[in-house]
Amino acid sequence: MCLGVPGKVVEVDRENQIATVDFWGVKKQVRLEVCDVPVAPGDFILNHVGFAIRRIPPEEAAETLALYDELLRLADEQDLMAADVRAEIAAAPDASDRPKRTSNESQ
Amino acid sequence: MNPSDPLARLKFRDPERARGLREALDCLVQQADHAPVSVMHVCGSHEQAIAKFGLRAAFPSNLHVIMGPGCPVCVTDVPEVDEAVALAKQGVRIASYGDMLRVPGTSQSLADAKAEGANVDVVYSVTQAVELARKHDEEIVFFASGFETTAVATAAVLVDDPPDNFSVLSAHKYIPPVMEIVAEMPETKIEGFLAAGHAATITGSAVFEQFVDRHGLPVVIAGFEPLDVMAGLVKLMEVINSGEPRVENAFPRCVTREGNVRAQELLWRVFRATGGRWRGIAHVPNGNLRLRDELARYDTRKRFTIDASALWSYAPPKLVQQCQCGDIMAGIASPSDCPLFGKECTPDAPVGACMVSAEGTCKIWHQYGGRPDLRSIKRGAA
Repeated sequence: MCLGVPGKVVEVDRENQIATVDFWGVKKQVRLEVCDVPVAPGDFILNHVGFAIRRIPPEEAAETLALYDELLRLADEQDLMAADVRAEIAAAPDASDRPKRTSNESQ
Repeated sequence: MNPSDPLARLKFRDPERARGLREALDCLVQQADHAPVSVMHVCGSHEQAIAKFGLRAAFPSNLHVIMGPGCPVCVTDVPEVDEAVALAKQGVRIASYGDMLRVPGTSQSLADAKAEGANVDVVYSVTQAVELARKHDEEIVFFASGFETTAVATAAVLVDDPPDNFSVLSAHKYIPPVMEIVAEMPETKIEGFLAAGHAATITGSAVFEQFVDRHGLPVVIAGFEPLDVMAGLVKLMEVINSGEPRVENAFPRCVTREGNVRAQELLWRVFRATGGRWRGIAHVPNGNLRLRDELARYDTRKRFTIDASALWSYAPPKLVQQCQCGDIMAGIASPSDCPLFGKECTPDAPVGACMVSAEGTCKIWHQYGGRPDLRSIKRGAA
Protein backbone atom coordinates (compact mmCIF):
# COMPACT_ATOMS: atom_id res chain seq x y z
CA MET A 1 0.00 0.00 0.00
CA CYS A 2 2.98 2.33 0.29
CA LEU A 3 4.40 1.28 -3.04
CA GLY A 4 3.08 4.05 -5.25
CA VAL A 5 3.18 3.75 -9.00
CA PRO A 6 4.79 5.97 -11.64
CA GLY A 7 2.85 7.34 -14.59
CA LYS A 8 3.40 9.85 -17.35
CA VAL A 9 1.64 13.19 -17.23
CA VAL A 10 -0.23 13.93 -20.46
CA GLU A 11 -2.30 16.94 -19.44
CA VAL A 12 -2.44 19.32 -16.50
CA ASP A 13 -5.50 21.18 -15.25
CA ARG A 14 -3.83 23.79 -13.05
CA GLU A 15 -7.00 25.40 -11.86
CA ASN A 16 -8.38 22.17 -10.41
CA GLN A 17 -4.95 20.74 -9.54
CA ILE A 18 -5.59 17.57 -11.49
CA ALA A 19 -3.36 15.83 -14.03
CA THR A 20 -4.33 13.29 -16.64
CA VAL A 21 -1.73 10.57 -16.21
CA ASP A 22 -1.00 7.58 -18.41
CA PHE A 23 -0.30 4.29 -16.62
CA TRP A 24 0.62 1.70 -19.23
CA GLY A 25 -2.04 2.97 -21.61
CA VAL A 26 -4.71 3.58 -18.97
CA LYS A 27 -5.47 7.26 -18.49
CA LYS A 28 -6.34 8.39 -14.98
CA GLN A 29 -6.95 11.60 -13.06
CA VAL A 30 -4.38 12.18 -10.37
CA ARG A 31 -4.67 14.96 -7.79
CA LEU A 32 -1.73 17.34 -7.60
CA GLU A 33 -2.23 19.31 -4.41
CA VAL A 34 0.25 17.18 -2.45
CA CYS A 35 3.07 17.50 -4.99
CA ASP A 36 5.50 20.26 -4.03
CA VAL A 37 6.70 21.16 -7.51
CA PRO A 38 4.75 22.04 -10.64
CA VAL A 39 4.31 19.18 -13.07
CA ALA A 40 4.08 19.45 -16.85
CA PRO A 41 3.14 17.08 -19.65
CA GLY A 42 6.02 14.67 -20.22
CA ASP A 43 6.97 14.52 -16.52
CA PHE A 44 6.48 11.35 -14.58
CA ILE A 45 4.78 11.39 -11.20
CA LEU A 46 4.58 8.87 -8.42
CA ASN A 47 0.91 8.17 -7.70
CA HIS A 48 -0.13 6.94 -4.27
CA VAL A 49 -3.85 6.39 -3.57
CA GLY A 50 -4.79 8.86 -6.29
CA PHE A 51 -2.35 11.64 -5.35
CA ALA A 52 0.95 12.60 -6.96
CA ILE A 53 3.46 12.51 -4.10
CA ARG A 54 6.55 13.24 -6.19
CA ARG A 55 7.57 14.48 -9.61
CA ILE A 56 10.13 12.30 -11.32
CA PRO A 57 12.15 13.99 -14.05
CA PRO A 58 11.76 12.16 -17.39
CA GLU A 59 15.45 11.23 -17.53
CA GLU A 60 15.15 9.31 -14.26
CA ALA A 61 11.87 7.61 -15.06
CA ALA A 62 13.29 4.51 -16.78
CA GLU A 63 14.95 3.39 -13.57
CA THR A 64 11.73 3.85 -11.65
CA LEU A 65 9.51 2.19 -14.25
CA ALA A 66 11.58 -0.97 -14.63
CA LEU A 67 10.20 -2.88 -11.68
CA TYR A 68 6.63 -2.01 -12.53
CA ASP A 69 7.02 -2.89 -16.20
CA GLU A 70 8.10 -6.32 -15.24
CA LEU A 71 5.42 -6.81 -12.61
CA LEU A 72 2.60 -5.88 -14.91
CA ARG A 73 3.98 -7.97 -17.74
CA LEU A 74 4.93 -11.12 -15.87
CA ALA A 75 3.11 -11.39 -12.57
CA ASP A 76 0.00 -13.51 -12.25
CA GLU A 77 -3.33 -12.41 -10.78
CA GLN A 78 -2.48 -13.54 -7.24
CA ASP A 79 0.87 -11.76 -7.05
CA LEU A 80 0.88 -9.43 -4.03
CA MET A 81 3.17 -6.81 -5.50
CA ALA A 82 1.31 -6.68 -8.80
CA ALA A 83 -1.97 -6.42 -6.89
CA ASP A 84 -0.57 -3.40 -5.02
CA VAL A 85 0.38 -1.76 -8.30
CA ARG A 86 -3.04 -2.43 -9.81
CA ALA A 87 -4.72 -1.07 -6.67
CA GLU A 88 -2.67 2.11 -6.94
CA ILE A 89 -3.85 2.56 -10.53
CA ALA A 90 -7.44 1.74 -9.55
CA ALA A 91 -7.26 4.40 -6.83
CA ALA A 92 -7.30 7.20 -9.40
CA PRO A 93 -10.54 7.86 -11.29
CA ASP A 94 -10.63 7.20 -15.03
CA ALA A 95 -9.75 10.24 -17.11
CA SER A 96 -12.86 9.60 -19.17
CA ASP A 97 -15.04 10.29 -16.10
CA ARG A 98 -13.79 13.83 -15.96
CA PRO A 99 -15.93 15.84 -18.39
CA LYS A 100 -19.06 14.35 -16.87
CA ARG A 101 -18.05 15.42 -13.39
CA THR A 102 -17.10 18.90 -14.48
CA SER A 103 -20.52 19.40 -16.02
CA ASN A 104 -22.19 18.16 -12.81
CA GLU A 105 -20.24 20.66 -10.79
CA SER A 106 -21.16 23.53 -13.02
CA GLN A 107 -24.88 22.88 -12.69
CA MET B 1 26.77 -15.54 -16.11
CA ASN B 2 26.29 -19.07 -14.87
CA PRO B 3 22.64 -20.06 -15.37
CA SER B 4 22.57 -21.99 -12.09
CA ASP B 5 23.42 -18.81 -10.18
CA PRO B 6 20.21 -17.75 -8.38
CA LEU B 7 20.93 -14.14 -9.22
CA ALA B 8 21.01 -14.94 -12.91
CA ARG B 9 17.47 -16.17 -12.66
CA LEU B 10 16.24 -13.00 -11.06
CA LYS B 11 14.87 -10.57 -13.54
CA PHE B 12 17.39 -7.88 -12.85
CA ARG B 13 17.55 -5.28 -15.55
CA ASP B 14 21.24 -5.11 -15.06
CA PRO B 15 22.63 -8.48 -13.98
CA GLU B 16 26.21 -7.22 -13.95
CA ARG B 17 25.37 -4.47 -11.53
CA ALA B 18 23.47 -6.97 -9.41
CA ARG B 19 26.49 -9.25 -9.33
CA GLY B 20 28.74 -6.34 -8.40
CA LEU B 21 26.43 -5.32 -5.56
CA ARG B 22 26.27 -8.86 -4.25
CA GLU B 23 30.04 -9.14 -4.27
CA ALA B 24 30.34 -5.81 -2.48
CA LEU B 25 27.83 -6.99 0.12
CA ASP B 26 29.73 -10.28 0.63
CA CYS B 27 32.92 -8.35 1.08
CA LEU B 28 31.47 -5.80 3.51
CA VAL B 29 29.84 -8.43 5.70
CA GLN B 30 33.16 -10.31 5.87
CA GLN B 31 34.91 -7.09 6.85
CA ALA B 32 32.55 -6.56 9.79
CA ASP B 33 34.36 -7.36 13.01
CA HIS B 34 31.60 -9.72 14.14
CA ALA B 35 28.95 -12.00 12.73
CA PRO B 36 26.13 -12.20 12.04
CA VAL B 37 25.05 -8.66 11.22
CA SER B 38 21.33 -7.98 11.62
CA VAL B 39 19.59 -5.10 9.91
CA MET B 40 15.92 -4.21 9.76
CA HIS B 41 13.65 -2.75 7.13
CA VAL B 42 10.26 -1.31 8.01
CA CYS B 43 8.27 -1.62 4.82
CA GLY B 44 6.01 -4.31 3.41
CA SER B 45 7.02 -3.29 -0.10
CA HIS B 46 10.68 -3.96 0.74
CA GLU B 47 9.76 -7.39 2.05
CA GLN B 48 7.73 -8.06 -1.09
CA ALA B 49 10.74 -7.19 -3.25
CA ILE B 50 13.13 -9.23 -1.10
CA ALA B 51 10.86 -12.28 -1.02
CA LYS B 52 9.51 -12.09 -4.55
CA PHE B 53 12.95 -11.82 -6.11
CA GLY B 54 14.48 -14.34 -3.72
CA LEU B 55 17.06 -11.82 -2.55
CA ARG B 56 17.72 -13.57 0.76
CA ALA B 57 19.31 -16.36 -1.25
CA ALA B 58 21.74 -13.81 -2.64
CA PHE B 59 22.56 -12.16 0.68
CA PRO B 60 25.64 -13.36 2.54
CA SER B 61 24.64 -15.97 5.13
CA ASN B 62 26.00 -13.75 7.91
CA LEU B 63 23.68 -10.89 6.99
CA HIS B 64 20.20 -11.11 8.50
CA VAL B 65 17.70 -8.78 6.85
CA ILE B 66 14.65 -8.67 9.08
CA MET B 67 11.26 -7.09 8.49
CA GLY B 68 10.08 -4.93 11.38
CA PRO B 69 6.75 -3.15 11.90
CA GLY B 70 6.35 -2.18 8.25
CA CYS B 71 2.76 -3.17 7.68
CA PRO B 72 0.31 -0.44 8.69
CA VAL B 73 -2.70 -2.73 8.44
CA CYS B 74 -1.03 -5.33 10.68
CA VAL B 75 -0.17 -2.87 13.44
CA THR B 76 -3.71 -1.48 13.59
CA ASP B 77 -4.58 -2.36 17.15
CA VAL B 78 -7.49 -4.52 18.26
CA PRO B 79 -9.39 -1.64 19.94
CA GLU B 80 -9.14 0.39 16.72
CA VAL B 81 -10.71 -2.46 14.76
CA ASP B 82 -13.31 -2.82 17.51
CA GLU B 83 -14.29 0.83 17.06
CA ALA B 84 -14.91 0.29 13.34
CA VAL B 85 -16.77 -2.98 13.91
CA ALA B 86 -18.93 -1.45 16.65
CA LEU B 87 -19.88 1.46 14.38
CA ALA B 88 -20.66 -0.90 11.51
CA LYS B 89 -22.90 -2.98 13.76
CA GLN B 90 -24.59 0.22 14.92
CA GLY B 91 -25.63 0.71 11.30
CA VAL B 92 -23.02 3.27 10.25
CA ARG B 93 -21.63 2.79 6.75
CA ILE B 94 -17.87 2.16 6.78
CA ALA B 95 -15.43 2.54 3.88
CA SER B 96 -11.87 1.27 4.12
CA TYR B 97 -8.92 -0.13 2.21
CA GLY B 98 -9.49 -3.80 1.33
CA ASP B 99 -6.94 -5.33 3.67
CA MET B 100 -8.55 -3.66 6.66
CA LEU B 101 -11.71 -5.75 6.39
CA ARG B 102 -10.17 -8.97 7.60
CA VAL B 103 -7.96 -7.62 10.36
CA PRO B 104 -9.24 -9.28 13.53
CA GLY B 105 -10.72 -7.26 16.36
CA THR B 106 -11.47 -8.70 19.80
CA SER B 107 -14.14 -11.01 18.48
CA GLN B 108 -14.95 -9.83 14.96
CA SER B 109 -13.48 -8.21 11.89
CA LEU B 110 -15.20 -5.73 9.60
CA ALA B 111 -15.66 -8.61 7.14
CA ASP B 112 -17.55 -10.53 9.85
CA ALA B 113 -19.77 -7.50 10.45
CA LYS B 114 -20.35 -7.20 6.70
CA ALA B 115 -21.30 -10.88 6.49
CA GLU B 116 -23.91 -10.16 9.17
CA GLY B 117 -25.37 -7.37 7.06
CA ALA B 118 -23.39 -4.27 7.99
CA ASN B 119 -22.60 -1.78 5.22
CA VAL B 120 -18.86 -1.97 4.60
CA ASP B 121 -17.38 -0.70 1.34
CA VAL B 122 -13.90 -1.38 0.01
CA VAL B 123 -12.22 1.66 -1.54
CA TYR B 124 -8.82 2.13 -3.16
CA SER B 125 -8.53 5.74 -2.07
CA VAL B 126 -9.92 8.18 0.44
CA THR B 127 -11.26 10.17 -2.52
CA GLN B 128 -13.56 7.26 -3.35
CA ALA B 129 -14.84 7.32 0.24
CA VAL B 130 -15.66 11.02 -0.20
CA GLU B 131 -17.48 10.20 -3.44
CA LEU B 132 -19.57 7.67 -1.51
CA ALA B 133 -20.48 10.37 0.98
CA ARG B 134 -21.52 12.67 -1.88
CA LYS B 135 -23.73 9.96 -3.35
CA HIS B 136 -25.43 8.92 -0.13
CA ASP B 137 -27.32 10.93 2.46
CA GLU B 138 -26.18 8.68 5.29
CA GLU B 139 -23.00 9.04 7.37
CA ILE B 140 -19.86 7.59 5.77
CA VAL B 141 -16.96 6.74 8.05
CA PHE B 142 -13.59 6.27 6.37
CA PHE B 143 -11.58 3.82 8.49
CA ALA B 144 -8.15 5.16 7.57
CA SER B 145 -4.98 3.10 7.74
CA GLY B 146 -1.50 3.62 6.41
CA PHE B 147 1.74 5.34 7.32
CA GLU B 148 2.55 8.99 6.68
CA THR B 149 2.56 8.55 2.90
CA THR B 150 -1.08 7.47 2.95
CA ALA B 151 -2.07 9.85 5.76
CA VAL B 152 -1.15 12.77 3.48
CA ALA B 153 -3.92 11.74 1.09
CA THR B 154 -6.42 11.64 3.95
CA ALA B 155 -5.20 15.09 5.01
CA ALA B 156 -5.63 16.44 1.49
CA VAL B 157 -9.31 15.51 1.30
CA LEU B 158 -10.01 16.84 4.80
CA VAL B 159 -8.79 20.33 3.91
CA ASP B 160 -10.74 20.21 0.64
CA ASP B 161 -14.15 20.77 2.19
CA PRO B 162 -15.53 17.22 2.27
CA PRO B 163 -19.30 16.74 2.68
CA ASP B 164 -20.81 17.01 6.17
CA ASN B 165 -21.72 13.33 6.31
CA PHE B 166 -18.08 12.28 5.89
CA SER B 167 -15.78 11.52 8.80
CA VAL B 168 -12.47 9.77 9.41
CA LEU B 169 -11.72 7.08 11.97
CA SER B 170 -7.98 7.40 11.90
CA ALA B 171 -5.75 4.39 12.45
CA HIS B 172 -2.91 6.14 10.61
CA LYS B 173 0.53 5.45 12.04
CA TYR B 174 3.80 7.35 11.98
CA ILE B 175 6.90 5.25 11.36
CA PRO B 176 9.85 7.18 12.85
CA PRO B 177 8.74 6.76 16.51
CA VAL B 178 8.31 2.98 16.24
CA MET B 179 11.88 2.65 15.02
CA GLU B 180 12.94 4.08 18.37
CA ILE B 181 10.89 1.47 20.21
CA VAL B 182 12.24 -1.44 18.18
CA ALA B 183 15.81 -0.15 18.46
CA GLU B 184 15.47 -0.19 22.26
CA MET B 185 13.98 -3.68 22.55
CA PRO B 186 16.44 -5.85 24.45
CA GLU B 187 15.75 -8.85 22.21
CA THR B 188 16.64 -7.04 19.01
CA LYS B 189 20.22 -6.85 17.86
CA ILE B 190 19.56 -4.53 14.98
CA GLU B 191 22.62 -2.63 13.80
CA GLY B 192 20.97 -0.47 11.19
CA PHE B 193 17.74 0.35 9.44
CA LEU B 194 16.74 0.38 5.81
CA ALA B 195 14.05 3.07 5.60
CA ALA B 196 11.24 2.99 3.05
CA GLY B 197 11.82 5.19 0.03
CA HIS B 198 8.29 6.36 -0.52
CA ALA B 199 7.61 7.31 3.10
CA ALA B 200 10.88 9.24 3.01
CA THR B 201 9.70 10.94 -0.20
CA ILE B 202 7.26 12.72 2.10
CA THR B 203 9.27 13.09 5.32
CA GLY B 204 12.70 13.64 3.76
CA SER B 205 15.81 11.91 5.01
CA ALA B 206 16.31 14.56 7.70
CA VAL B 207 13.53 13.05 9.79
CA PHE B 208 15.91 10.19 10.71
CA GLU B 209 18.81 12.38 11.82
CA GLN B 210 17.61 12.70 15.41
CA PHE B 211 17.04 8.97 15.53
CA VAL B 212 20.63 8.34 14.52
CA ASP B 213 21.88 10.79 17.15
CA ARG B 214 19.81 9.21 19.87
CA HIS B 215 20.39 5.55 19.10
CA GLY B 216 23.71 5.45 17.31
CA LEU B 217 22.23 3.29 14.57
CA PRO B 218 22.58 4.17 10.89
CA VAL B 219 19.60 4.62 8.59
CA VAL B 220 19.78 4.19 4.82
CA ILE B 221 16.84 5.09 2.62
CA ALA B 222 16.26 2.61 -0.18
CA GLY B 223 13.94 2.14 -3.14
CA PHE B 224 11.97 -0.95 -4.11
CA GLU B 225 13.62 -2.45 -7.15
CA PRO B 226 15.77 -5.49 -6.36
CA LEU B 227 18.81 -3.42 -7.31
CA ASP B 228 17.66 -0.55 -5.09
CA VAL B 229 17.38 -2.91 -2.13
CA MET B 230 20.82 -4.42 -2.80
CA ALA B 231 22.36 -0.95 -3.21
CA GLY B 232 20.69 0.20 0.02
CA LEU B 233 22.11 -2.77 1.92
CA VAL B 234 25.60 -2.17 0.52
CA LYS B 235 25.44 1.43 1.70
CA LEU B 236 24.10 0.35 5.09
CA MET B 237 26.97 -2.14 5.57
CA GLU B 238 29.46 0.56 4.58
CA VAL B 239 28.10 2.89 7.24
CA ILE B 240 27.95 0.12 9.87
CA ASN B 241 31.57 -0.82 9.17
CA SER B 242 32.67 2.82 9.26
CA GLY B 243 31.63 3.02 12.91
CA GLU B 244 30.15 6.46 12.23
CA PRO B 245 26.38 6.13 12.26
CA ARG B 246 24.60 8.55 9.94
CA VAL B 247 21.69 8.88 7.54
CA GLU B 248 22.40 8.03 3.91
CA ASN B 249 20.03 8.41 1.01
CA ALA B 250 20.39 5.55 -1.46
CA PHE B 251 17.21 6.56 -3.31
CA PRO B 252 17.99 10.11 -4.46
CA ARG B 253 15.74 9.94 -7.51
CA CYS B 254 12.75 10.11 -5.16
CA VAL B 255 14.05 11.35 -1.82
CA THR B 256 15.64 14.62 -0.71
CA ARG B 257 16.84 15.72 2.70
CA GLU B 258 13.90 18.09 3.17
CA GLY B 259 11.27 15.79 1.65
CA ASN B 260 7.99 17.03 0.29
CA VAL B 261 7.47 20.10 2.45
CA ARG B 262 4.02 20.82 1.11
CA ALA B 263 2.90 17.31 2.02
CA GLN B 264 4.43 17.63 5.49
CA GLU B 265 2.56 20.90 6.07
CA LEU B 266 -0.66 19.25 4.98
CA LEU B 267 -0.01 16.23 7.21
CA TRP B 268 0.63 18.28 10.35
CA ARG B 269 -2.14 20.76 9.63
CA VAL B 270 -4.63 17.88 9.84
CA PHE B 271 -3.01 15.35 12.17
CA ARG B 272 -1.21 15.41 15.48
CA ALA B 273 1.04 12.59 16.64
CA THR B 274 -0.11 10.93 19.81
CA GLY B 275 0.89 7.86 21.75
CA GLY B 276 -0.92 4.59 21.30
CA ARG B 277 -0.52 0.87 21.08
CA TRP B 278 0.64 -0.82 17.91
CA ARG B 279 -0.74 -4.33 17.69
CA GLY B 280 1.60 -6.87 19.21
CA ILE B 281 4.45 -4.42 19.63
CA ALA B 282 4.12 -1.83 22.36
CA HIS B 283 2.76 1.55 23.27
CA VAL B 284 4.48 3.84 20.78
CA PRO B 285 4.84 7.47 21.91
CA ASN B 286 3.81 9.72 19.00
CA GLY B 287 3.18 6.65 16.85
CA ASN B 288 -0.50 7.31 16.10
CA LEU B 289 -1.84 10.06 13.86
CA ARG B 290 -5.12 11.53 15.12
CA LEU B 291 -7.17 14.43 13.79
CA ARG B 292 -6.44 17.85 15.28
CA ASP B 293 -9.17 19.53 17.31
CA GLU B 294 -9.72 22.11 14.56
CA LEU B 295 -11.03 19.24 12.41
CA ALA B 296 -13.16 17.69 15.14
CA ARG B 297 -16.25 17.85 12.94
CA TYR B 298 -14.66 15.27 10.65
CA ASP B 299 -13.35 13.12 13.49
CA THR B 300 -15.46 9.97 13.81
CA ARG B 301 -14.38 9.61 17.45
CA LYS B 302 -15.79 13.06 18.28
CA ARG B 303 -18.85 12.66 16.16
CA PHE B 304 -20.13 9.33 17.42
CA THR B 305 -20.36 7.67 20.77
CA ILE B 306 -18.63 4.40 20.03
CA ASP B 307 -19.46 1.60 22.41
CA ALA B 308 -17.45 -1.50 21.56
CA SER B 309 -18.08 -3.26 24.89
CA ALA B 310 -20.52 -5.73 23.33
CA LEU B 311 -17.58 -7.11 21.33
CA TRP B 312 -15.61 -7.92 24.45
CA SER B 313 -17.90 -10.59 25.86
CA TYR B 314 -16.37 -13.28 23.65
CA ALA B 315 -13.05 -14.87 24.45
CA PRO B 316 -10.68 -14.65 21.50
CA PRO B 317 -10.39 -17.96 19.64
CA LYS B 318 -7.76 -20.30 21.09
CA LEU B 319 -5.61 -20.21 17.97
CA VAL B 320 -5.13 -16.46 18.36
CA GLN B 321 -3.25 -17.09 21.59
CA GLN B 322 -0.58 -19.01 19.66
CA CYS B 323 -0.23 -16.29 17.00
CA GLN B 324 3.31 -14.86 16.83
CA CYS B 325 2.43 -11.71 14.89
CA GLY B 326 3.65 -9.41 17.66
CA ASP B 327 7.12 -10.93 17.78
CA ILE B 328 7.24 -11.12 14.00
CA MET B 329 6.40 -7.44 13.61
CA ALA B 330 8.99 -6.54 16.26
CA GLY B 331 11.52 -8.50 14.21
CA ILE B 332 12.36 -10.97 16.97
CA ALA B 333 10.65 -13.94 15.30
CA SER B 334 10.08 -14.96 11.71
CA PRO B 335 6.97 -16.57 10.25
CA SER B 336 8.67 -19.96 10.23
CA ASP B 337 8.94 -19.73 14.05
CA CYS B 338 5.14 -19.68 14.32
CA PRO B 339 3.45 -23.06 14.83
CA LEU B 340 0.38 -21.87 12.93
CA PHE B 341 2.16 -20.51 9.83
CA GLY B 342 0.98 -22.23 6.66
CA LYS B 343 -1.01 -24.76 8.70
CA GLU B 344 -3.90 -23.31 10.73
CA CYS B 345 -3.02 -19.82 9.46
CA THR B 346 -3.15 -19.21 5.70
CA PRO B 347 -4.21 -16.29 3.51
CA ASP B 348 -7.60 -17.96 3.06
CA ALA B 349 -8.06 -18.46 6.80
CA PRO B 350 -5.78 -15.94 8.52
CA VAL B 351 -5.42 -16.12 12.29
CA GLY B 352 -3.23 -13.05 12.74
CA ALA B 353 -3.01 -9.68 11.07
CA CYS B 354 0.36 -10.50 9.43
CA MET B 355 -1.37 -13.12 7.27
CA VAL B 356 -4.18 -10.71 6.29
CA SER B 357 -2.41 -7.84 4.62
CA ALA B 358 -0.44 -7.89 1.38
CA GLU B 359 2.25 -6.09 3.37
CA GLY B 360 2.24 -8.56 6.26
CA THR B 361 5.39 -10.64 6.67
CA CYS B 362 3.44 -13.90 6.93
CA LYS B 363 1.33 -13.34 3.84
CA ILE B 364 4.40 -12.30 1.83
CA TRP B 365 6.37 -15.35 2.96
CA HIS B 366 3.39 -17.58 2.31
CA GLN B 367 3.17 -16.39 -1.28
CA TYR B 368 6.81 -16.07 -2.23
CA GLY B 369 8.68 -18.14 0.36
CA GLY B 370 10.58 -15.95 2.78
CA ARG B 371 13.96 -17.50 3.17
CA PRO B 372 14.78 -19.68 0.19
CA ASP B 373 17.87 -21.67 0.99
CA LEU B 374 19.59 -21.54 -2.37
CA ARG B 375 23.04 -21.04 -0.93
CA SER B 376 24.11 -24.52 -1.88
CA ILE B 377 23.33 -23.62 -5.49
CA LYS B 378 25.23 -20.36 -5.16
CA ARG B 379 28.29 -22.10 -3.74
CA GLY B 380 28.05 -24.79 -6.40
CA ALA B 381 27.99 -22.16 -9.10
CA ALA B 382 30.97 -20.27 -7.75
